[in-house]
This record gives sequence, C-alpha cells and structure tokens, in this order.
Amino acid sequence: MAGGKKTNLSLKQLALKANEIRRDIIKALFQAGSGHSAGPLGMADVLTALYFRILHIDPKNPLLADRDRVVLSNAHICPVLYATLAHRGFCSVEDFVHTLRTLDSPFQGHSNNHRQIGIETCGGPLGQGLSQAIGMALAARSDQRTWRTYCLMSDGELDEGQTWEAIMFAGKERLHNLTAIIDRNNIQIDGYTESIMPLEPLAEKWEAFNWHVIEIDGHNMRHIIDAVHEARAVYEKPTVIIAHTIPGKGVSFMENRFEWHGKPPNEKEAQIALHELRTLAGRIRSEHE
Amino acid sequence: MLNRHLFTKHQESIPTRNGFGDALVEIGTINPQIVVLTGDLAESTRVHLFQKKFPGRFIECGVAEQNMMGIAAGLALSGKIPFVSSYATFNPGRNWDQLRVSVCYSNANVKVVGAHAGISVGPDGATHQALEDLAMTRVLPYLTVIVPCDYWETKKATIALAKMIGPAYIRFAREKTPIITTEETAFAIGKTIVLKPGKDVTIAACGPLVYEALLAARELEHHKISAEVLNCHTLKPFDEVTLVKSVKKTRCCVTVEEHQIIGGLHGAVAETLARRFPAPVEAIGMPNVFGESGEPQELLERYHMIAKDIVKAARKAVSRRSGR
Repeated sequence: MAGGKKTNLSLKQLALKANEIRRDIIKALFQAGSGHSAGPLGMADVLTALYFRILHIDPKNPLLADRDRVVLSNAHICPVLYATLAHRGFCSVEDFVHTLRTLDSPFQGHSNNHRQIGIETCGGPLGQGLSQAIGMALAARSDQRTWRTYCLMSDGELDEGQTWEAIMFAGKERLHNLTAIIDRNNIQIDGYTESIMPLEPLAEKWEAFNWHVIEIDGHNMRHIIDAVHEARAVYEKPTVIIAHTIPGKGVSFMENRFEWHGKPPNEKEAQIALHELRTLAGRIRSEHE
Repeated sequence: MLNRHLFTKHQESIPTRNGFGDALVEIGTINPQIVVLTGDLAESTRVHLFQKKFPGRFIECGVAEQNMMGIAAGLALSGKIPFVSSYATFNPGRNWDQLRVSVCYSNANVKVVGAHAGISVGPDGATHQALEDLAMTRVLPYLTVIVPCDYWETKKATIALAKMIGPAYIRFAREKTPIITTEETAFAIGKTIVLKPGKDVTIAACGPLVYEALLAARELEHHKISAEVLNCHTLKPFDEVTLVKSVKKTRCCVTVEEHQIIGGLHGAVAETLARRFPAPVEAIGMPNVFGESGEPQELLERYHMIAKDIVKAARKAVSRRSGR
C-alpha cells in the first residue's frame, strides 16, 4: 500500500460525510444554474464509501502508479464525483461550489481527465465507461498489478448497445479485477426505466453474461462496503453491484421524481433542500446508538 | 527516393496493409507496451502476424467495434500503446463517438487502423468501401491522420505512429499497390514528400493513387505540362508549407484520393489554399455518391480515378489558371 492513504471513518462518520457532500452538490447546482440533481444525490453514499473506505488512492499524488481506478460512465452525475474528490482532498470544495460548469473551471458539465484532480477518463455520451474500465483492468492484469478498476454506471445507460458488448467481453475475459456499480434508481430523462426500456430481470441478465452479481441498498454504508469486499474475493468473474438507490435521496421533493433528473434547484428550492439535509444530518446515529 | 523498378517490367506490387502487419511484429518485438485489438478481422487487417508472435498482447474483441475502441482508450490511459484494427467502414465508422470522446477528448494514445479503405475494395460493394473516413477523422481535435501510398511507407508510418504520443488514424487499401518508394525513402509524420518536381501544375495525392498521379505526370510531359507530384501522406497535421510552396510555383492544383471529394485531401488542400494562396483546384475523388460492386480497376475507371482522368483534370486546372 506504499503511497496510498485511506481514511478510517466510522459508518456514522461516512453517513455524515455523504450528507455534507449532498449539501455541497445542492449549493454548486444552485450556483451553476444548470446540471443534474437526482443522480448525484442518489450516489453520494456509494461514492463516499468508495473514496473514504475502499479505494487505494492518494490525494497528494493523483497519478500514483498503483492507485485504484474509477471510471464514471454516466458522467452527468459528476457533481457527486467532484464533491467527493474535493472532500477527500483532491481539490477545493469552495472552487467546486463556486465554479461548477463555468468557463475555465476544472468542474466541467461532464467530467474529463484534463486536470489532475483524480479523474481518470472523459465521459458524457452514455455507455462508454465500462469499455474503458475493461481496458484498464486488462492493462493491470497483463502487467500483474494489483490495483482494481471500478466503473460507476447508471441504469439508463444500459439501453446502450456498447454496454452489452462490454459486459459480454468482460465475462469472456473473466476480469475479476473489475467491479461495475450500477446506480439502479429506476429513472431516466423521459421517465421510469421500466416504461422507457425495461431492464428487468437485470441481475439474471448480468449472470447470464458470466458476471458475479450482488444486489444492495445503495444507501446502506455497511452493504456498500461489504459488497465491494465480496467483489474482491471473487476470482473467476467480474462483479457487478446493483445498488438500489433513491434518486434525489435526502431531499423530499426530489426523491423518486424523474423531473429532477436534469435540472438544478432554484434559490428557494435550494434553501429547503439544505434545511432538510441539515435536519437529516442531526438524526444520523452510529450503529451503537 | 523512388523505386528504380517503377514503371519497368520489374515493378512489384504488395498490399499496403502488409506493411502494417510486418511493422507491427517489428515494433512489438522492441516495445512490450504495444498491444493489438481486432474485431473479428485478424487476417484481413494483417494483425494475425502479431497475434501469432505475441498472443498475450493480442485482444480479440469480436464483432463489437464500439467496445473495442473504448477498451483501447482504457489500455492507453494505463500506459499501453494499442493498435485497434478493423475495416475503415467500421473503425472509425461504427465507433466514431467512442473515438471522439473515449480516445480524442481524453487524448489517449490509441492508434486506429482502418483497413480496406477506398473504392478499390471492389466486389463487396458500397457498404464496405470506406469513402468518408478521412473526413470524419480529420475533423477531430488532437487526432493525427495518415494515408500511406505503398508497402514501405505503410511500414514506416506504423513505426512512426508507435513512437509518436497521441491518438492517430491510419488507413490502408486491400489491393496490391505498386511499390513506389524504397526502404530508404525518408518519412516523417506531417511532412509531405515531393516525389517529382515540376512547374506547371501541382498534383497532390495520397494513398495508392499516388501511383496514378506519377503515371499522369509522365503522360502530361507529352502535353508539354510539367507536373509536380506531392505525396500528401499526412492529412493532419497537414503540411501547408510544402503545398503552398509548390502552388506558388505552379499556381494550380489537382487533388487525388480514394475518398469523397468533400472533407478529405481535397478539403485539406482547398482549405489551405483559400487561406494562404488562392488558386484553381481540381478534384479526383468520389463525387458525393456511394460506390458499388465491381472489380477494383473497373471501379477506379468508372469513378474517374486513373491516370488519364488526372491528366484531364491537370489540363483543366492549367487552363483555369491561364484564364483560357
């Protein structure tokens, strides 16, 4: 683990961190005046668990040779990646909140790898991330490196044909150093996934392509951490973690509403959202409480 | 610079793609970071030679070009030098969005290889004749675009691409192509080669049709027209200096390519001259139509891409210059 640093936050501290990250997402989206709300809020717990408990990374050395790789395939939820990286020390929280989606900002509307703030690839057009993650996992395997590759993806982008090409390929290659995490929030721009383009039975589809499948509550820190540990222990297959999440999680009027897929809160909405999130933070208890 | 057997009975012809296959094995031996991907077309793209020698660095992706391009991006971002091979109609035709975002926007060091390009693919017909690939690659930021003219140039270009850092596209033809250059002919990415000096008309050509351009130049001598033949193997970054220097002397130009007239070499030449030295430019290429099945030579004749057509275009360019 030379060079890499892990934080050792408790489950309660992780939940509080995710709450802080959600509040900064709301602030940044309001300031930007455009962007996606539901997805970033829904994935805050997964990213917090990954970046604060799981990944072998070093904010002081974003290009650490043996770092774990994260590919954000559904790059429109990049505000949650930016906020998490900022809280983890890769870049400034203030800069994120004040410059998201503005000229010259490293926090572009869809994430790219042009500045060294811990982002591996460029994303935007859906369905491209898993293939890139496979390329990284192949490189690690051929060089006999132990770092792992994680691909964060949405359920909506499973409509893309390229995604299934990639799923088929990783199954064929038995890429056990690759873990895909699907944000299974059941919404996409035009409506609910099961009415736009039904995906179920989703777990069975991945299994049929020779993947190890784990289904979890994507807001339960214990579940997220255990699932990633389980994925590491599977040696014959790549693993997909289907994380069931609530889009807009933590903000009552955004939760499960596909209308909030692609818009930011206005000033009034942001104030209510921040108030709700602060109230929620006060109710977070440790396992022992 | 030119093969001494050119235009003699000892003239040899080899498909350009063979130069690629041979070069891959050479550079694969020297550089362990070279990896090769294909989409179920190992033999016709000639990467089966690399596969045989380095099975551990060969990745068969199946008929899935979009995934293949993405995998190449991930490999490149992890320090590998991937060559992604398929037919030019699919690669970069089928996977252009992946080339644009996963490769070019990330500035990933991926080498895209489009085989069976041009009308001379022949009997397979319009769907398999890549005549748009140069337009769709030239337009992408960061991407280098190369169209080698013969076996030796393809070999040298492949080696140069492996040494160069950054994304690149290179296209080959299927048919045997006369050996125009020699093993010793200098090659540098971005440096147009003056194959034959002249003073009355510039013939800017790329790919296997460079041979037809040289034939046309010989024919033009009978018409008392001295043609300067440029081998524009690099479409991007385009060697504007050599072109402008030539056209300042000849004051007219003909472009020759197995590609749509829109967006390829004609595009590069016309864009350059419009900005730097306006002059009449005639075009040999596909006139905004799809191809069809036929023998390669029949098709080149049907679409007016052989020496006599270049002669005609050159005479027209000269007459437009003179205002006659």
